[in-house]
Amino acid sequence: MHIVVCIKQVPDSAQIRVHPVTNTIMRQGVPTIINPYDLFALEEALRLRDKMGGKVTVMTMGPPMADESLRKALGFGADAAVLLTDRFFAGSDTLATSFALATAIDKLHKEDPISVVFTGKQTIDGDTAQVGPGIAQRLGLNQLTYVSGIREVDVQAKTIVVERRAEGGTQVLKTALPCLITMLEGTNTMRRGSMDDMFRAARAAIATWSAKDAGVEDMTKCGLRGSPTVVKKVFAPQPRKDKAKLVETAGKTPADVAQATIDTLFAANTKLEGDLLKLSAAS
Amino acid sequence: AKKELPDHFKDYKNVWVFIEMERGKVHTVSWELLGEGRKLADKLGVELAAVVMGPPGADLDRAISDSWAYGADLAYVIADPLLTDYRNQPFTKGLNDLVNTHKPEILLLGASTLGRDLAGSLATTLKTGLTADCTELAIDSDNSLAATRPTFGGTLLCTIYTLNFRPQMATVRPRVMAMPERVEGRSGRVIPFPLTMVEENIVTKILDFLPDLTSNKVNLAYADIVVAGGMGLGGPANFKLVTDLAQVLGGDFGGSRPTIQKGWIPAERQIGQTGKTIRPKLYIAAGISGAIQHRVGVEGADMILAINTDPNATIFEFAHYGIVGDALQILPALTKAFQERLTQVRKAS
Ligand SMILES: Cc1cc2nc3c(=O)[nH]c(=O)nc-3n(C[C@H](O)[C@H](O)[C@H](O)COP(=O)(O)OP(=O)(O)OC[C@H]3O[C@@H](n4cnc5c(N)ncnc54)[C@H](O)[C@@H]3O)c2cc1C
Ligand SMILES: Cc1cc2nc3c(=O)[nH]c(=O)nc-3n(C[C@H](O)[C@H](O)[C@H](O)COP(=O)(O)OP(=O)(O)OC[C@H]3O[C@@H](n4cnc5c(N)ncnc54)[C@H](O)[C@@H]3O)c2cc1C
Repeated sequence: MHIVVCIKQVPDSAQIRVHPVTNTIMRQGVPTIINPYDLFALEEALRLRDKMGGKVTVMTMGPPMADESLRKALGFGADAAVLLTDRFFAGSDTLATSFALATAIDKLHKEDPISVVFTGKQTIDGDTAQVGPGIAQRLGLNQLTYVSGIREVDVQAKTIVVERRAEGGTQVLKTALPCLITMLEGTNTMRRGSMDDMFRAARAAIATWSAKDAGVEDMTKCGLRGSPTVVKKVFAPQPRKDKAKLVETAGKTPADVAQATIDTLFAANTKLEGDLLKLSAAS
Repeated sequence: AKKELPDHFKDYKNVWVFIEMERGKVHTVSWELLGEGRKLADKLGVELAAVVMGPPGADLDRAISDSWAYGADLAYVIADPLLTDYRNQPFTKGLNDLVNTHKPEILLLGASTLGRDLAGSLATTLKTGLTADCTELAIDSDNSLAATRPTFGGTLLCTIYTLNFRPQMATVRPRVMAMPERVEGRSGRVIPFPLTMVEENIVTKILDFLPDLTSNKVNLAYADIVVAGGMGLGGPANFKLVTDLAQVLGGDFGGSRPTIQKGWIPAERQIGQTGKTIRPKLYIAAGISGAIQHRVGVEGADMILAINTDPNATIFEFAHYGIVGDALQILPALTKAFQERLTQVRKAS
């Protein structure tokens, strides 16, 4: 069976900095990683392939240097990789991103029919969780989000049974292949790539597709022009004007500090005492 | 670069809120959104509509009447047994057809598992913009929706517009917006709408539903009092000081992300950008430095009390009250003092 996994190269978000004067994001020198959520999708895809046979193709849309992430995925054991890179893709929001990815997936599908497309639950930069559902709708794939486990796949009958995280419980869902799965985090552990895979990855040829190569006919659906959302400004959160009022601690015992704190809180909010009486009585 | 709104979008009007109902219960985020939607509709001088989808019956009727109480002027209702449990296909179809027929200018959904699943597919069928996980919604001077959301793991905020498309869609996480006041005796117009689908059209079947064990159910997001601990507690055993105080106050407890990653407390107790957003009356943070990812989850608290040994800890920049001291000594002292005070007051009354 042919499985496609979409992965995104993202900045290691802990290290993002804002320019203190211009308030713009400083990306220079920020290390990039495969979106951590996508590793759960990749591992699940590799397990499915190991069990059922077939191949896993990883795909990313991004700048030319995003091929690093693809190579890493090949090192974990993926079989083939496609990089979508083109200045027409620049500035894509989720609608334009899902358009580009879906168009390219459709092209792969025509060459080698796809049974499952995997994406992560969300990214750590854009963090919208919208691209998976977008691809599913565009390709008419059955959409399974927040999947926590795959119970069974029947290639003959073209069906799949999964467990899906829902509000207040787990849904057990059966649907027809092909489908799109967004994988929940924490549901598996990424394998260590074998030496063989590492060597293969280092030498592997990565298919690099422009918008035209991917089969895009209408360029106005790509990038900034194909994006209905417009980011007007990016800014750092305002610091609050007043800092915390500190309770006097010098030369006081913890018990004194506690009494003083309670007096302060009750004085600041006269309803708090009554609220606490009610809540503590109920618990 | 702003273009004139295309003609075919000019008759898109009103603010809609999708009322999320699962197994007969409406998710509280829907009422929070009606509260926010009311403000947007008033600012625009238009009506606020609730979109209620579910199987016909008492639960659906209650969702409609509750929508009046929380501020809706009208309700579009798709009542169909096919909508008993959530599945993407019939909900996308129903809502897509409803939008194309009745044309809202703004459509808000909760950023819950259901809301994100539905919003992502609906924005694609409608080919419109969708801003995710907004923390602030406003109407700007030319009447467009300005949707502000955290990004890059919460380190930055950005404001996003959907200028030339309608509806303008946004999702909002539970507890980010305040719960509106319930007003009894309000009423509105019901506009029924059909779901033109039969079960045979729906590919995905629900084989089973396994409810979460009640013992695991954590309602941290809705607790009125929350006490939380961070790495400053030094180890899992000291979390007892946190839970003791939470218990005396009749509240719930949580922690910063590293305390979860270290396995000190369960994952559903994480507070912050990638955990729960809370809006308690009182939040007590002990041994938490106050990283931005933590801050965005607690900013809705009425009152924040921070306990930290470091007078320069970031948390003192947004907490209302602070104690510079050792949490291992202050927490038990607070527990004892609160207990005595509450006992005293109870006796006196
Ligand atoms: C500050 C900021 C805020 C933004 N807010 C919004 C917004 O509110 N609405 C909006 O429409 N756009 C928004 N965007 C744009 C959005 O981030 C991009 O469209 C991005 O390409 C995809 O969205 P995402 O990162 O949210 O992915 P998600 O939808 O969270 O990603 C889900 C999964 O889709 C796959 N995937 C996503 N992107 C790619 C890719 N490029 N290549 C391969 N697989 C991929 C991955 O498997 C991923 O796990 C924002 C961008 C920025 C910088
Ligand atoms: C993408 C992303 C998402 C994230 N999401 C979240 C999230 O949802 N929630 C979250 O909390 N974090 C999140 N984080 C992590 C966040 O950046 C911080 O690392 C984290 O909040 C720090 O936890 P902490 O305050 O417990 O630990 P530390 O930063 O180590 O702080 C410990 C504090 O305890 C104080 N201390 C030490 N000893 C004592 C004592 N005896 N008494 C009192 N105080 C003492 C210290 O002065 C210090 O201020 C996220 C990070 C990223 C990159």
